[in-house]
Amino acid sequence: MQLGGESYMSSTEATKKRDFVLTIEGLTVSFDGFKAVDDLNLYIDKNEIRVVIGPNGAGKTTVLDLICGKTKATSGSIKFKEKELTKLSEYQIVREGVGRKFQNPSIYENLTVFENLEVSYPKGRSVFGALAFKRSAEVISRVKDIAKEIMLVDFLNTEAGLLSHGQKQWLEIGMLLIQDPELLMLDEPVAGMSARERELTGDLLKRICANRSVIVIEHDMEFVKAIAHRVTVLHQGKILKEGSMEAVQKDPKVIEVYLGH
Amino acid sequence: MGGYSASELIDIFSMQAFAGISLFSVFVLMALGLAIIFGQMGVINMAHGEFLTIGAYSTVMMSKLAEHFPAITNVYFIFAVIAAFIISFIVGYLVELIIIRHLYKRPLDTLLATWGLSLIMQQFFRSAFGPREVSAVLPDWLMGSWSLRDGLDIPINGIFVLGLTIVLSGLVFIFLFRSRWGLKVRATTQNRIMAGAVGIDTAKVDRTTFALGCGIAGVAGAAFTTIASTGPTSGSLYIVDTFLVVVFGGAGSLLGTFASAFSIAQAQSILGFFLSGSMAKVITLVGVVGILMLRPEGLFTVRVRK
Amino acid sequence: MNAVMGKWLGGREGFLGLIILAVLIMVIMPLAFDIFRLNLIGKYLTYAFVAVGLVMCWGYGGILSLGQGMFFGLGGYCMAMFLKLEASDPISTKIQSTPGIPDFMDWNQITELPWFWVPFHSLTLTIIAVILVPGVFAYIIGAAMFKRRVSGVYFSIITQAVASILTILIVGQQGYTGGINGMTDLRTLLGWDIRSDSAKYILYYANAVLLFGCILFARAIIASKLGKLMLAMRDREDRVRFSGYDVSSFQIFIFCISAMISAIGGAMFTLQVGFMSPSFVGIVPSIEMVIFAAVGGRMSLIGAVYGTLLVNFGKSYFSESFPTLWLVFMGALFIGVVMGFPNGLAGIYVSYIKPRFFGDKRGVPTMPVTSEEAVAVETKSINSTESLGHHNASV
Repeated sequence: MQLGGESYMSSTEATKKRDFVLTIEGLTVSFDGFKAVDDLNLYIDKNEIRVVIGPNGAGKTTVLDLICGKTKATSGSIKFKEKELTKLSEYQIVREGVGRKFQNPSIYENLTVFENLEVSYPKGRSVFGALAFKRSAEVISRVKDIAKEIMLVDFLNTEAGLLSHGQKQWLEIGMLLIQDPELLMLDEPVAGMSARERELTGDLLKRICANRSVIVIEHDMEFVKAIAHRVTVLHQGKILKEGSMEAVQKDPKVIEVYLGH
Repeated sequence: MGGYSASELIDIFSMQAFAGISLFSVFVLMALGLAIIFGQMGVINMAHGEFLTIGAYSTVMMSKLAEHFPAITNVYFIFAVIAAFIISFIVGYLVELIIIRHLYKRPLDTLLATWGLSLIMQQFFRSAFGPREVSAVLPDWLMGSWSLRDGLDIPINGIFVLGLTIVLSGLVFIFLFRSRWGLKVRATTQNRIMAGAVGIDTAKVDRTTFALGCGIAGVAGAAFTTIASTGPTSGSLYIVDTFLVVVFGGAGSLLGTFASAFSIAQAQSILGFFLSGSMAKVITLVGVVGILMLRPEGLFTVRVRK
Repeated sequence: MNAVMGKWLGGREGFLGLIILAVLIMVIMPLAFDIFRLNLIGKYLTYAFVAVGLVMCWGYGGILSLGQGMFFGLGGYCMAMFLKLEASDPISTKIQSTPGIPDFMDWNQITELPWFWVPFHSLTLTIIAVILVPGVFAYIIGAAMFKRRVSGVYFSIITQAVASILTILIVGQQGYTGGINGMTDLRTLLGWDIRSDSAKYILYYANAVLLFGCILFARAIIASKLGKLMLAMRDREDRVRFSGYDVSSFQIFIFCISAMISAIGGAMFTLQVGFMSPSFVGIVPSIEMVIFAAVGGRMSLIGAVYGTLLVNFGKSYFSESFPTLWLVFMGALFIGVVMGFPNGLAGIYVSYIKPRFFGDKRGVPTMPVTSEEAVAVETKSINSTESLGHHNASV
């Protein structure tokens, strides 16, 4: 049984003609027979902020893992601008222009903020490139621009481990931004943040989606409402509902999944 | 394999297979202990071989003791197995208490520290028992072989050791997967913090688990005395092979440990008939390493959602 | 000039550390010891190459190879093959049933020089082989493992297994390798008697110069972006991967570099000691070399040299005076360093000696990772006299 199948199928016809940044079709992954993601179709537009919500175990993080290559799909296809991602390895996917932030801030605690951003700068990515890499004026100015964007310009020489939890999250976003990805995937970017930090993060996301698409996994409904263009509700590895925040919130199936048990 | 007729080949294979059984049993017992320590707890115990040596020396000591009491010469071996287990268990318990528990978060450092421990233990054996190899006097009923048919003899000690291995493996399986204590062990290894939160004394569980693994290595030592004589470095000769057995089988899978111990021991034993011993070992190890490169997670593993 | 110093020499402190070590090795030791002892120190210093390689791949890369003896041995065997061929000219081997081949081949009824021995008639090809054979071997092991994401303890165990395979093979194929005795009775290098005292002095200095060359080379790598990436990978492998780096290629690179550095040490060992045997290839020597790096401080290139010297002095002292205690001492060293001083001598220098003599009260990094700290750690010295000298020099 495909939950929300009909409403979805009708839109697939229309979607075929449009240019999507990301086209996921028939994506399935099973772990020992358990299907964490089950025949999923998902289309992300240019410059769109898409928020994926769903109860625990719905397969949200697994979808991100599949897109960025951390988990290999059992079947199905993931196309990023005409390029099939399921065949590529993680670093190749990143080089295609897909950036991914992890649920827990994943930064280099022992390096300074500057060095964190510098290491993420998309030059000198091969072994010999890295040996020859120089901290040029261009690198320095780019790092400073990004630091400004993520509100850490005063912390450039601070060891990243000393930052607050929220600042670490921003730093990781900055490490992705410096690579200028066309698709940015953020796994719970405001978890553990104060109200003020959430607000700033919301503004940050709105600023950075100007020339890229963003997929966000989030639980905080206020935050979702503030940033989402469209919302996708996942349940048991399938799409339960897709649409604007209001439409999703009114949907009886969604209400049942969230409140019914 | 030219020069051998089909029936001769079958006999050779069966003979070598049964010769391999003793090696297999020692492997399994060693690997079983290591599978618990390494597979379940994630601790690299390079001194595991020395626990085999402890068990072997315990058995030899018991055999010396039994010489003074002719009445028990026939049954002492049973007590020797128990003594081997208990002594290794106690030493393992102390080692966990003094060294291992400080290093749970640093697996590579555990490896180095336990290597150091193994050096100290070897020197201790050398000082206490002398550098020369010693052997236990086996009771008569363990000697000799059982002639199945012409050209096919099966050594009795091999069968006894195999029986011991099967019984002990069964016990370990019941302990780990059917007892409340095993549940605690598995809970602790899977999520230490949660296990602590639900009231499991994780430090105690760790200590007992480690000691149990060492105790089983001690029994392996008792089994070892039936096939070879014991020297200060007897156990250390097995350590790399044993790690390979556990890794090859898939760390954490007891069934995998069995299968891999069986295939490695048999490959070595059967190849050993046709090639020199060293080449048999090289080919077996190269095969194992080669397969591990194709399948780094080992033979038996489950795909988990991370 | 400043920039060059910063990068290659590790700043003022790094530079001083190197100078002190250079004075110790090149001036003090040759003056203090006779040629017999100096030759022994030269032998220890060849192990320091392995320790330097281990600092790179273990300390910085988080890759603990327990098979570095393989590369040391391969380098040494390549050099030994050249020297053996030179020693086996048809005139000096005319009593053999096949003159002109190494004596151990003749003993094993081999009548023709095996094909893989032929290139070792040429010194140029031999020098290339010293670097390339271990390099390629490390590349094959590294590529097979790192591409399949085998890392951590699994990597350690498998390198150990490979080391044991190689040892069994070398011992078993004695017709081609000299077996358990190895290749002995090496006398001349292009007609130059390497057993003479003058040759021993020259080789000692050549070895020291090469060692410093390797340390500088390693520093240049550590100071580059690649060095930062290595640390980043050690602590957050996934983040590096998802920043667009092919993590395995970096791991393979650093593993190969450390193998090649070890191999240079092996070749110098053969030249200075005059033989090579499987006892430097297997599991035990490989793991002993890890303790050299651990005692020096796994993050410190200079520390690796001090660690090697200290452990080996200890070894010869104990095995001469208290032979039974040697293993206990070694074992205690393993346990003590890991549990008490995970940063080795370098860590002791940074936490105790440096604050006392320099009034540097800043917090002690447990695993120094920024380049400044790594450099700071590298300028450690093993005793207070040196620290005083160090102090004077910096004033």
